Amino acid sequence: MKHTLVEKIFGNKVGHEVKPGDIITVPVDWCMVDDIMAKFCIGKFEEMGFTKVYDPEKIVLIYDHFLPSTQADDTVAFHAGDAFAEKYGIKNVHRTDGICHQLMTEAGYVKPGDIAFGTDSHTVTYGCVGAFSTGIGYTEMAGILGTGEIWIKVPETIKVQIEGKLNEGVTSKDVILRIIGDLTASGATYQALEFCGSTVSDMSVASRMTMTNMAVEAGAKCGICIPDEKTAEYCNIPYDEKIKNLCPDEGASYSKVLTYKAEDFVPVMACPSLVDNIHPVSELKGTKVDEVFLGSCTNGRLEDLQAAAAVLKGRKKAPHVQFIVTPASRKVYKEALNDGTLEILSKAGAIITTPGCGLCCGRAGGVLTDDEVVVATNNRNFLGRMGTSKVKIYLASPVMAAKAALFGEITE
Amino acid sequence: MSETFKAKIWKLDDDIDTDIVLPTEYLALKTVEDMKPYAFSPLRPELAAQIKPGDMIVAGKNFGCGSSREQAPEVVKALGVSCIVAQSFARIFFRNAINNGLLLIENPDLHDAVKEGDEALVTPGEKIVVNGKEFPIASLPENLMEILNAGGLVKAMRKRNGLD
Amino acid sequence: MGMTMAEKIIALAAGIEKTKAGDIETVTLDRLMSNDGTTHLTIDMYNKLKNPHIADVEKLVWIVDHNIPSDSPKTAASHKKMRDFAAEHGITYYEGEGVCHQIMMENHVRPGELIFGADSHTCAYGALGAFGTGVGCTDYLYAMVTGTSWLLVPESLKFNLHGKLREGVYARDLILTIIGRIGANGANYKAMEFCGEGLATLSMADRISICNLCVEAGAKTALMEVDDVALDYLKAHGREPKAIVKSDPDAVYSETYDIDLNEIEPIVAKPHFVDNVVPAKECEGVKIDEAFLGSCNNGRIEDLRVGAEVIKGKKVAERVRFLVVPASRAVYEQAMKEGLLDIFLDAGAIIMNPNCSVCWGACQGVIGEGETLISTGTRNFKGRAGHKDSFVYLASAATVTASAIAGKITTADRV
Repeated sequence: MKHTLVEKIFGNKVGHEVKPGDIITVPVDWCMVDDIMAKFCIGKFEEMGFTKVYDPEKIVLIYDHFLPSTQADDTVAFHAGDAFAEKYGIKNVHRTDGICHQLMTEAGYVKPGDIAFGTDSHTVTYGCVGAFSTGIGYTEMAGILGTGEIWIKVPETIKVQIEGKLNEGVTSKDVILRIIGDLTASGATYQALEFCGSTVSDMSVASRMTMTNMAVEAGAKCGICIPDEKTAEYCNIPYDEKIKNLCPDEGASYSKVLTYKAEDFVPVMACPSLVDNIHPVSELKGTKVDEVFLGSCTNGRLEDLQAAAAVLKGRKKAPHVQFIVTPASRKVYKEALNDGTLEILSKAGAIITTPGCGLCCGRAGGVLTDDEVVVATNNRNFLGRMGTSKVKIYLASPVMAAKAALFGEITE
Repeated sequence: MSETFKAKIWKLDDDIDTDIVLPTEYLALKTVEDMKPYAFSPLRPELAAQIKPGDMIVAGKNFGCGSSREQAPEVVKALGVSCIVAQSFARIFFRNAINNGLLLIENPDLHDAVKEGDEALVTPGEKIVVNGKEFPIASLPENLMEILNAGGLVKAMRKRNGLD
Repeated sequence: MGMTMAEKIIALAAGIEKTKAGDIETVTLDRLMSNDGTTHLTIDMYNKLKNPHIADVEKLVWIVDHNIPSDSPKTAASHKKMRDFAAEHGITYYEGEGVCHQIMMENHVRPGELIFGADSHTCAYGALGAFGTGVGCTDYLYAMVTGTSWLLVPESLKFNLHGKLREGVYARDLILTIIGRIGANGANYKAMEFCGEGLATLSMADRISICNLCVEAGAKTALMEVDDVALDYLKAHGREPKAIVKSDPDAVYSETYDIDLNEIEPIVAKPHFVDNVVPAKECEGVKIDEAFLGSCNNGRIEDLRVGAEVIKGKKVAERVRFLVVPASRAVYEQAMKEGLLDIFLDAGAIIMNPNCSVCWGACQGVIGEGETLISTGTRNFKGRAGHKDSFVYLASAATVTASAIAGKITTADRV
């Protein structure tokens, strides 16, 4: 039988062939617990009666939503996490290093072929290195922490094949937004999205992360890219037979195949207040903007900051616009500092915040009020996500975000 | 889980995301009880106070899309909602609801056939009757029924750990 | 009878030859600073006036620094109100550029000016020989609409500084020592004037830090003689003095203190009062959860250099959050250029955008129940930094950084 990439990963792990629809119990390579869910997850873990975690080495605690803390109760999460880590011998705790989904691959945890679960929906990001990863609730996570396994229904796979070279100014963000628009916000529910083709191969791992990160916005169980030499380099592992075998079989069966020509993609934005409400930027130009947010696990990486800096070099943001830049991690911050990117952005008038979830989780980092418009590079524009329900959120690429900051309105 | 019950319908549309079910700013509140007043607040701030225990929610497609925040189904359960019937559910919400013992039912037709305030007779795994019209519903896969029957995942795990 | 600096500046602003402590004078303000702590309230009152107008828009400087970036729709609405009003009336406006007093020192304050700020730490401007004082938004509104206000001419306390601070001892230690000596209300309604040959040894950063904290002794304002250090700073920032005033030799002071800088040692102000000061070594070992290097008091490049020097090659203690917050964009970019941000990043510090941060206790780095913060901020009042049951110790940049490394209060010579 021929298999898609996700079927292969599961098959490798359980030691027998699997097909879509099978309900299987899989061993879990990585558990990611973020600060916002830590307290609840730990509570459930203890309520379940576990006395030890299945493997402290495979558990990663990351504080990112509540950093910097803005309410007096926020730091409770840190203490809860620290106490849990101490009690059960968990050493992988990132207290001030950046966004969880950035760190899980950047800090060397998730590798090609791994199975990872996290207490946050954007856990799907790790598919960028050819791993299966998905978000779950804290009760299920508590179960995994105790048992090291979880049941899962093997998903059908939608193949997204993109061939050719993207036009100048078009990024992987435009690609994934367009795909979500075509699939709709529920079009991939319960299914895997497999991204392939020469366009995806040409992308950096960072660009692929943007795509897999947003797979969940089409409802997908996971998004995944085929690991290659770039992946191996990014993960700091040899590009060997094991990785080479992590690719879908010729003739594997898909529930759907979407085929795109790279040249057909144009800059787009997801308009208020649905992620699948996609329009070309050409239709939106002239829309006045109050704030621009460059950051998040979707687009807060070095190449994203560099893309914005290329637009803004030697120029100043529009006077009335708040331009907020939140690097995805300490490492990204440092690299952007050392290559001059942050200096360009600062001189352009950006407010450069500490790495973390920032505005994307709507608790700080530039929350807005009624009738304000924000162009943001993150993954969700739901009603009320960044302030009141009258805030209008447009999701865009770093290039389009930088242009909006520069001109104070959406600009092609 | 198979006894028939009566429920008043609250109607919502497509793509009810988890930020609508419970906005991020309330996630740091100490208990789910504290969060209850803010359920659905971005869309219908008055709704949480109007929902009475035993009522049901009927929605369109993709209910619960977005975040993995389990406080979303927990808060709905805490409001006393007996079940949610939607054309489809987002997957994380679906798992979270089952794990917390909140009954979810998929049905393609009910949403367009009823109005808010209608009363429904629900027989899980079998049918829903509204205004004299019958809507057949499927039963859940066996492994999910096991969790539901145990009263949620926590209880299932306690049993596994020899505690109950 | 001669006049003090405070009397002279008020006389200048009142357009009169002479005045003395205890008189009430009507003054024309040179500058009016307001920040996002209260400006939205000022605007609300302004809009309720019968014939609202601004006396001289050129004198107004509005600065968003307390909650930036915004952390709630309510804050965002306050900012929007301020931003829109400033744009409509052509008011000089800064948003996210840094802490208000630092922005004022870098860009606006001139020796001899009389400045109202809708913030208590406006007394910082004395470092440039300007009379800065904090007012509430009603006073601010009156001054904004009429261009004038009334002022009770303060008595002055004179602080004669002698000698030089020892290595490892900072201006922060000096001013905490002084506040400890005279008490939190020891300078109520009064001006604190600093002079003497020891002043010349203090940098502008030191001077701002000293004047800034005088309000914690209750002072109406703080003033320092304008010397070459001040004039060089002014020149480097492209400004000229309004007037350089010096106290007359026969000016009257309600009290004169002689301070030997050589005797000052590292100091910590313990919870929950700024005058609750003890030698830092007496707090040695107090466990901390967070450390804060920043604020209008100690967020300047000189302070960051001190912190970087202490922490270079070392790490922040595992469970400590070490917030490093440059006081302005200029400071941020300078720190970037000098490689200081790199040092802090490697050490595990949290570098934030220039703002008031946890000194204000409502936006970034708020501490929780039972937590302890050591801070270069201005106040350690109960609940100031977050939860009502939390603890704030105030100390110098060196002591704060050393404590961040140790995970407990300690001094820089011990890490």
